[in-house]
Amino acid sequence: MNVNYFYSLLAVVGLGSVAYVGAGVAGLQGVFGIFIPYLAVVIFISGFINRVMGWARSPVPFRIPTTCGQQKSLDWIQQNKIDNPSTLFGVIIRMFLEIVLFRSLFKNTRTEIVGDKIAYKWVVWLWLFAILFHYSFLAVVVRHLRFFLEPVPFFVTFLEQIDGILQVGLPGVFLSGITLLAGAVLLLLRRILIPKINYISIAADYFPLLLIIGIALTGLMMRYFTKVDVVKVKELTMGLATFHMGIPEGGLSGLFFVHLFFVCILAAYIPFSKLMHMGGVFLSPTRNLANNGRMKRHINPWNPEVKFHTYDEYEDDFREKMIEAGLPVEKE
Amino acid sequence: MNDKPKIIIGLIIFFAVFTFPFWYNHGTASSAPEPKLTDKAEQAKHCVRDVDFMRKEHMQLLDGWRDRTVRDSQRVYEIDGKEYMASLSNTCMECHSNKADFCDKCHEYASVDPYCWDCHKYPKEKK
Repeated sequence: MNVNYFYSLLAVVGLGSVAYVGAGVAGLQGVFGIFIPYLAVVIFISGFINRVMGWARSPVPFRIPTTCGQQKSLDWIQQNKIDNPSTLFGVIIRMFLEIVLFRSLFKNTRTEIVGDKIAYKWVVWLWLFAILFHYSFLAVVVRHLRFFLEPVPFFVTFLEQIDGILQVGLPGVFLSGITLLAGAVLLLLRRILIPKINYISIAADYFPLLLIIGIALTGLMMRYFTKVDVVKVKELTMGLATFHMGIPEGGLSGLFFVHLFFVCILAAYIPFSKLMHMGGVFLSPTRNLANNGRMKRHINPWNPEVKFHTYDEYEDDFREKMIEAGLPVEKE
Repeated sequence: MNDKPKIIIGLIIFFAVFTFPFWYNHGTASSAPEPKLTDKAEQAKHCVRDVDFMRKEHMQLLDGWRDRTVRDSQRVYEIDGKEYMASLSNTCMECHSNKADFCDKCHEYASVDPYCWDCHKYPKEKK
């Protein structure tokens, strides 16, 4: 077994046990239900801002967009305005499509040798699993707002209706929960089963996937199998959202605290990990800069100020000596 | 090139979105609803199953009742040697006739929209 995913799995199982034993058996529900969630929110928000400000301080002196099409040139050469934007508008379109549709993943290719020739094949799977995973995650997060908002606003109930459109069973199956688990499992299998990707994967790649699989599994367990008292859960979460903290009477099940603890770990882990692509995608200089290097002069802002000694000044300094030595001068 | 102002605007949006629950609720905690029992329900003392089970799993119980009744025409639910008529309108609503205070309060609080009443009639409540 590969050490990288073994340790990640071990970490997730270990964290889950900590919460299960801590809140479920030892009865530290105040710690796992109030203190840790607040701590996680503080770490997430401050860590996120700190990380982005770090990027904001990093100089990006020149234009370094990846150009995926014809750049702006002569009038009769058609420019690819999205993949090689030269205006702010083009950049906005490019960024929007990147963030919403993951276009750069869509261009994923695999290099293979076919016969005696090298071939680049278009491979859609990464994009497909990624878009399944990310949109499911978004839907799940928005749906969970029902635990944090009172009254529950229209967009949450609307999403619940769409998500539960199949009306299977009671409580009705929410598609996004299942597709989230499927997406995360598929992304994990991709890393495990494809040898080249396995070779470049490290523990920090497996850990978030396994953690999210843990979140999805515990969530699905609570909704469909072992059950929790949802009203009590909301009592706890509303207490957190309104700063009237308290553990509801009788407490909640260990599984609920495993779920909550996993989410806290994930939130606190985001600013220090690859998951920071959440903010980073907005700040990738290879995507968000217009390719206008030939139209505008971009001066490196930290260029040192160079003291020039022009020829005129030079002649002023040495004119007499130059004349003495018989050198030609411009001004007599 | 200095993009700091733009980035700071982005961070302000980030902060506003991710702290949405904190300012949406204005910090006022409405206490969790408690289903109200009618006098008849109080006198009966026990439901079909115990309170904890009913709180967590009544929906699955009712779903099972519906499927057995509609598909297999089995109208009797037997538990602990007692027999109940498997019927939402007749068995449940006989004691819990106060839909607004017994069903709707919690369902609304948890943003659950059961489609029981698409087919079932509920008794008119006395005010």
